[in-house]
Amino acid sequence: MIPGVDGFMYPNEVELQWSLLIVLYPYITGLVAGAFILASLERVFKVDAVRPTYRLALLTALAFLLVAPLPLQLHLGHPERSFEMYLTPHRSSAMAMFGFVYLWYLTVVLLVEVWLEYRADIVRLSKTTSGFKRLVYKILTLGSDNVSPAALRIDDKVGYAVTVIGIPSAFLLHGYVGFIFGSIKANPWWSTPLMPVVFLFSAMVSGIAAVMVLYMASMKLRKTPIDMSCVDTIGKYLFYTFIIDFTLEMLDLIHRTYESDESFRSLDFMVHTRLWFSQVILQIILGTLVPLLLLAAAQFLKLAAGVRRSIYAVACLLTLVGIFAMRWNVVIGGQLFSKSFLGYTTYKVQFAAREGLLPALGLMILPFVIFVVLVKLLPPWGEQPGHASASGD
Amino acid sequence: MTMTRRDLISGGGKLLLLASAAATWAELTGAEPAGDAYRVADHWWGMLVDIDKCIGCGNCVRGCSNENHVPAGFFRTWVERYEISVDSPTTAQPHVESPEGAINGFPPSTNENVKSFFVPKLCNHCADSPCVQVCPVGATFVSPDGVVLVDQNYCLGCRYCIQACPYGTRFINPETQTADKCTLCYHRITKGLTTACCENCPTGARQLVDFKNPKDPIHAILRESKVQVLKPYMATGAKVYYKSLDGAVR
Amino acid sequence: MRDIFRNAGHLIRPAVVLLAALGLFILGRGIFIPKTFGQYGHYDAASLDRIRQRPISYAGQDACVMCHDDQAKVRASGPHAHVACEACHGPQQAHAGADDPSAHKPVLPDTAVLCKRCHEKDAAKPKSFPQVVSAEHSGGAACNVCHTPHNPLRMKP
Ligand code: HEC
Ligand code: HEC
Ligand code: HEC
Ligand code: HEC
Repeated sequence: MIPGVDGFMYPNEVELQWSLLIVLYPYITGLVAGAFILASLERVFKVDAVRPTYRLALLTALAFLLVAPLPLQLHLGHPERSFEMYLTPHRSSAMAMFGFVYLWYLTVVLLVEVWLEYRADIVRLSKTTSGFKRLVYKILTLGSDNVSPAALRIDDKVGYAVTVIGIPSAFLLHGYVGFIFGSIKANPWWSTPLMPVVFLFSAMVSGIAAVMVLYMASMKLRKTPIDMSCVDTIGKYLFYTFIIDFTLEMLDLIHRTYESDESFRSLDFMVHTRLWFSQVILQIILGTLVPLLLLAAAQFLKLAAGVRRSIYAVACLLTLVGIFAMRWNVVIGGQLFSKSFLGYTTYKVQFAAREGLLPALGLMILPFVIFVVLVKLLPPWGEQPGHASASGD
Repeated sequence: MTMTRRDLISGGGKLLLLASAAATWAELTGAEPAGDAYRVADHWWGMLVDIDKCIGCGNCVRGCSNENHVPAGFFRTWVERYEISVDSPTTAQPHVESPEGAINGFPPSTNENVKSFFVPKLCNHCADSPCVQVCPVGATFVSPDGVVLVDQNYCLGCRYCIQACPYGTRFINPETQTADKCTLCYHRITKGLTTACCENCPTGARQLVDFKNPKDPIHAILRESKVQVLKPYMATGAKVYYKSLDGAVR
Repeated sequence: MRDIFRNAGHLIRPAVVLLAALGLFILGRGIFIPKTFGQYGHYDAASLDRIRQRPISYAGQDACVMCHDDQAKVRASGPHAHVACEACHGPQQAHAGADDPSAHKPVLPDTAVLCKRCHEKDAAKPKSFPQVVSAEHSGGAACNVCHTPHNPLRMKP
């Protein structure tokens, strides 16, 4: 028999088509969408408590968004042909939209919003720095140093509008990634209309958790006190989004189990064997139930600030692991069983191969490197002139 | 500014002219002469597979492999052997195997206590093909004569089509790094030959079918026998018809 | 009013950058899309010709019959009448399409391997198909010791 195969696979199915890199792709875009939605909480819904994380969230989103297409690019058989997606996008293909949604989101939403938000700082820095840095900031000003209060007020209004457009765009970006999987009728593990919604909420959960971790970590590094009302508020939002996410996922599970269609026996077997660790242990128990309990404790028990901080740190890190496991279970799980429902294959992660562990680790570290550069370039802390005050009069 | 832009545009124009000149040159020198009798509009290809005739010799798999230089370990067509327990047909899973796609046939089975038969598989050349639907760039398509093909010069190798195919008939060709699949021997059928698998089938279990040819025996067969396509609930418009297909086959 | 224009002037700049990128993109589309793209549908029609021009390996049996009248007649009189020549002899376009076919003489098939592929007993084969358990039937001897391959019912003396 073929090693790694139980039962019967169609002969072309033995090798997996979408590897670890394609697990990273929805994970990273999810972080982008989630971080952006957190940023928009403050901007559009005026949740003032989360203001300390506003700029941080924008930069997080930008750092991850810049990396998002790389895993896709790396896994293509012909990366040099990827521009064809822009030349002749196939209107019936969910994937063809990626390039456009991505560019829209990157240029029209994120870059413009970051630029507007930081314009005053950029202009200031272009005057106070020197040498190469000065040149960079000069370019970033795009040749305009009008930072009069009237101009900034206009910036703030436009920024608000961009954020308002940005929210549905973020929904689109990630809901659409879910649709790539959810619309494959050939694959019962993927094919469900819930997929885009589940992807969206899990994206929000992971993005919020990521920003919270980054916020607490950078405060630790800068030896600045953590703003407790800020993390408490984020914790609250994380808790509620997580409940919705978990409900949707359980709904999917219960629905499948109750309907027990022809694929059920096969998928059920898979969850109890090949996916047991990553799905049940990592995703559901460690990645969802434990953080939910921790967050609930922080919500409803009167705990000391120090304890709450540790709880948030642990809960967020577990959440990030859990959502990664969820992406893994969707992408890899969807390819472990045969479309004949008669057998299973195994996925062995290679190490130094093109789609192996090494490039995956690199791609996971890269956003943090970009993040650090961005933070150096556009410091998210310090005296923010604050659009709330500009528009609040 | 305007000058450079105009220069740019006329430069592009020159490029286009060059390209079109190259195209006419290809038309003049190409292997297909002007008197090519094949007209895409006159054909609509498919296949008929008769399970009752298949002897599982693997001739089709070898034939396909020789004709199309299919890389080892991948299959544009393959044959499965089903063994279904007759004691508990509704609950027991059928036992299916296809050792190396049956390129060397099967080790003989002596189990007479089961219902057993062979099922040749290939691309179903669906009219509403899910693989074509998901291709982001238009590298895979249904030709005007009804064959699902891959443009090796245009395919990105994103593998979305492989995920979308309900029948597992696609793979990435390790040499070209593009999606690969049965072409229904497009290079043969457009020359008046039959496919390599049909040519090599000793029992006529596989027959190339042209639905637009009024003299094709398929019309009588469709009228007189019960036929089925694989996974009809996928509604892919599959054009590979199976005679005597058992319900257990997926 | 003029104030607004002056204070919103800087917004024109990113807009210009975006529009310039868009212009470049549209120009690129004009240059890079293959000319034959979209002739029949959302694909490059030229690929149809490229696929048609692939070389063939199996000449097809009509080709063999043209030159090998003898074998064709023998075959036609027996049960292998509908078994194509190349189903046993393998791909022979290199032989049949050559200017001098004798220069590309096919290697003759080994009947000890060949016949079993089709005739070895297997419970999954249609019951009406003639099958033998070769070990019992021929005791390991090559099948053409007794059978004439082109018409196996004609036994060798
Ligand atoms: C253009 C005429 C021509 C065609 C077409 C042709 N052959 Fe031949 N074939 C020959 C000639 C000539 C020989 C050489 C006879 C000799 O040297 O004994 C030959 C020899 C053979 C031999 C015998 C080799 C041997 O060792 O005795 C086989 C087997 C054979 N051909 C099979 C085929 C098959 C199968 C086809 C169809 C794909 C085919 N031929 C098509 C002309 C042809
Ligand atoms: C059932 C398999 C089979 C088929 C079908 C078949 N051959 Fe053969 N052929 C053989 C074998 C086996 C030999 C080797 C001769 C022997 O062992 O007696 C052979 C030998 C030959 C030879 C060598 C001369 C001879 O007669 O021994 C020629 C020429 C030939 N075949 C041509 C053809 C042509 C042309 C066709 C199609 C009309 C054909 N064969 C169909 C199995 C087959
Ligand atoms: C590619 C498959 C194939 C190969 C190889 C093949 N045969 Fe056949 N054989 C057939 C088919 C098909 C029939 C016709 C069966 C029928 O009439 O149902 C047949 C019929 C026969 C019959 C007639 C049986 C009967 O009672 O009607 C004999 C004997 C036979 N083959 C012997 C041989 C021998 C000996 C060889 C090797 C030289 C051979 N076959 C190679 C496919 C093959
Ligand atoms: C020793 C001589 C001999 C050899 C070697 C031999 N056969 Fe036969 N075979 C016969 C005879 C004699 C018959 C006819 C017997 C009968 O009618 O029952 C026959 C009949 C057959 C039949 C028809 C059986 C049926 O049920 O209609 C097949 C198929 C067959 N042989 C295949 C083969 C194959 C395959 C080989 C090689 C592995 C082979 N034979 C080798 C002598 C031989």
